[in-house]
Amino acid sequence: MDLLLKNCTIINYNGQSNGHIVINKGLIEDILQNNDNIDNIYASKIIDCSKFIVMPALIDMHVHFRDPGFEYKEDIISGSYAAVAGGYTTCLCMGNTNPAADNTTTIRYMIDKAEKIGLIDLLPYGCVTINRAGEHIVEMGDMLNAGAIAFSDDGSPIMNSEVMRRALEYASTFNTFIATHSEDSNLSANGQINEGIVSTITGLKGIPAAAEESIIARDVLLADLATAHVHICHVSTHNAVELIKWAKSKRINVTAEVTPHHLIFSEDNLLTYDSNFKVNPPLRTQRDIKALFDAIKDGTVDVISTDHAPHNIDEKHIEFENAAFGMIGLQSTIPVLLQFVEEGKINLKDIVKLTSYNPSKILNLQKGKIEKNYRADLVIVDKEMTYIYDENIIKSKNYNTPLFRKTLKGIPVYTIKEGKIVYSLK
Amino acid sequence: MFEIEICDENELKNRINSIVEFIKDIINKEINNNSFALIGIKRRGAILADRIKELLSKFNNIFIEIGYLDITLYRDDLSEISDLPQLLGTEIEFDVKNKKIFLIDDVIFTGRTARAAIDAILDLGRPKQILLTTIIDRNNRELPIQPDFTGKFIETAFNDIVNVYLKEIDGKDEITLTRCK
Amino acid sequence: MLFKYKDFISTINLSKEEIFEILDTAKHMKEINKREVKKVPTLKGKTISTAFFEPSTRTRTSFEIAAKRLSADTVSFTSTTSSTTKGETLLDTIKNIENMHTDIFVIRHKCSGAVKFVADNVKAHIVNAGDGTNEHPTQAMLDLFTIREHKNTLTGLNVAIIGDIDHSRVARSNIWAMQKLGINVILYGPKTMLPSDTTPLKCHIAKNFKEAVTEADVVMMLRIQLERQNKILIPSLREYAMYFGLNKTSAKYLKKDAIIMHPGPINRGVELSTEYADCDRSVILNQVENGIAVRMAILYLLGMQKRRTDGSST
Repeated sequence: MDLLLKNCTIINYNGQSNGHIVINKGLIEDILQNNDNIDNIYASKIIDCSKFIVMPALIDMHVHFRDPGFEYKEDIISGSYAAVAGGYTTCLCMGNTNPAADNTTTIRYMIDKAEKIGLIDLLPYGCVTINRAGEHIVEMGDMLNAGAIAFSDDGSPIMNSEVMRRALEYASTFNTFIATHSEDSNLSANGQINEGIVSTITGLKGIPAAAEESIIARDVLLADLATAHVHICHVSTHNAVELIKWAKSKRINVTAEVTPHHLIFSEDNLLTYDSNFKVNPPLRTQRDIKALFDAIKDGTVDVISTDHAPHNIDEKHIEFENAAFGMIGLQSTIPVLLQFVEEGKINLKDIVKLTSYNPSKILNLQKGKIEKNYRADLVIVDKEMTYIYDENIIKSKNYNTPLFRKTLKGIPVYTIKEGKIVYSLK
Repeated sequence: MFEIEICDENELKNRINSIVEFIKDIINKEINNNSFALIGIKRRGAILADRIKELLSKFNNIFIEIGYLDITLYRDDLSEISDLPQLLGTEIEFDVKNKKIFLIDDVIFTGRTARAAIDAILDLGRPKQILLTTIIDRNNRELPIQPDFTGKFIETAFNDIVNVYLKEIDGKDEITLTRCK
Repeated sequence: MLFKYKDFISTINLSKEEIFEILDTAKHMKEINKREVKKVPTLKGKTISTAFFEPSTRTRTSFEIAAKRLSADTVSFTSTTSSTTKGETLLDTIKNIENMHTDIFVIRHKCSGAVKFVADNVKAHIVNAGDGTNEHPTQAMLDLFTIREHKNTLTGLNVAIIGDIDHSRVARSNIWAMQKLGINVILYGPKTMLPSDTTPLKCHIAKNFKEAVTEADVVMMLRIQLERQNKILIPSLREYAMYFGLNKTSAKYLKKDAIIMHPGPINRGVELSTEYADCDRSVILNQVENGIAVRMAILYLLGMQKRRTDGSST
């Protein structure tokens, strides 16, 4: 045996159980009952999990590793360390790199670099269009063959509806999907924060909710037209939730994600012009947050992804309007989601469903469940530990998050990928 | 710490009268060649100036301009004090040019207030002469400035405090000395 | 003194009492401006730097005159570099001048929040001379000062603010301060120039020009930013002048004793036609005059403060 996890509280998407997890050759070989005799099981390593919970390792469908091109923000090495320290063993990285991931060479480079470190499965998104310019679609077949998992022009919405339609159709030919950053860039031009009360008070230019919603509406209709799968990234408004709910009711092939930061922060945080709260889509209102939680509960939202977006301090510690959009998130997902559990907004099963089981289903991975013969990608979490989230904890190259130096509760103590411990909190 | 009386109401009245006499004599001597003005330093000097003008008006033929000076903006210790004083405003409606000015304050102590007041007046124009009069002259001068006429001289230590109470704002007329130890 | 802030960035957190303290201080400063020797030695030895990252002659001149009348030494710095992606950052620029022992900075910047950002990161006192579309707090103070001078009171007045509210830092600073003073503010402008959510402003939004001005004791016409409104907000200046400008037709709705204000510079014939810009009821030049006194008051209140370790911004 490679690894024996004793006395586990096992969290699955559909329930909670107790037992000992036996891991061999990268797979979960067996799950034994608490009263089963494990004394005669030989394992090269045994971990007593009686003080922890064990969940399927997390899958992040939305990260920016900035590699190649912007390695001063993050690279695949630091990103991998941040991922496993956050309980993730699978990351889908966006292609807004330099060069953009619109070619097989860049896709291969990313995968090879991640494999060399071997901490995570890096599944890159290819760009939908060449140079993310929204004009010519990429060679999707070839890129899938090179290892791309799906396609996205994240950050640069495809404003031409004809291009979007054809991209959806072409992607569905290869049985893959397109992930969209939904934003009408004419409506949102120069926008800084949510358009509403706080933009009125601060004089910062607003990004109306309709900039996001109108493109979501368009894209679910185009997905219907193209009979293709569209994945809506970082849904942030209550009307967006309604549109997705409507699309699902029409059996349109749409999946949707939210980020932890859109659930925990609101536009109110921007009254102080703190650029660490500057993200796109912008932080919205309490009403939107409530709708997002409802959407998690009723299944309108399938996935929680981080949109982990590292930026250098020089891109953040400047005038708000010139500051970059985005915050890091890989290592704060677990504490933030556990806080929601403590507040009674979600339960532990929801965490697994949204961060592992559903992504696994969408991506056709043999992961996301703690069950016999599933991949032994697991995270062991200390729910109770409190700590200061500072430079000693954060593995990313940059600390651009409003949670920096705040006290958090709950942390991965071990992250296991294919039966190997890829991270341990000492 | 204890407080002792220096002037009671009656004596204060006499001291003010002595200043009025001083001013009246000068005016009478030079009435044909000069015009005169009283400038009181806010706040208590301004009240005293009002009283003096009132008393002078009882004598025939004496007309005298009156103005009030807020020296806050001219103080040399402004950036040293933690609570910035409220501005009271300078109210001098007449032209100081070529006038003989009686500058009036309650107490002369270090001389810094008088210095600030002189600077403030000079910024308004070029008077012919400035005469400084106070009710109390105490020692401990820090600048070479001496009054032209005072009601009373008292020997003080540097950290003594001379309290001038005037009916208009304090409800009584009295001068006391607070001595620390 | 109540005013104990390190910086003067905004009117939003000022109390009624603090606003009156500023106005009262300005009143005494105004007297100085009428003297033959328009100067007091109060800020002798202090260095005040005006750092304008957006072109403006009037406001900068007003601050410089104010500083000089208080005997401060002034240095002016202008930069039109619009982006900090290349070259020196805003903060580096200010910190450099700060280390030449500047006591007070007067900053204008095109980005909302940029002046607060500087204030939070340097030790010197910072005065906001306009940040993006956020605030222009000294303009609001001089407007209130001018209104009080003409109306002898502020409470209970009706003030109409007309024009591009959404992009107006003058409107924001005035609205926050007027809220505190119990002034009824009524807003009017094309919907393209109103914030989409006006609730925080707590102002009535008029349906037409007549409704906006009928009860108004003060009519404040905002400047149309010719450079800003470029295409989409209004179809043409001609149409704007017809429906939203103060002209012969619309002026008939004004109360007889209403005063007309404008933060300047005026686009004659657009928001304000010449006969009303220059009429008896126009107090526009008083505003300019009072700007000096108000800015002297602010510089005095900041410059004479002992450095406080916990110095907060307004």
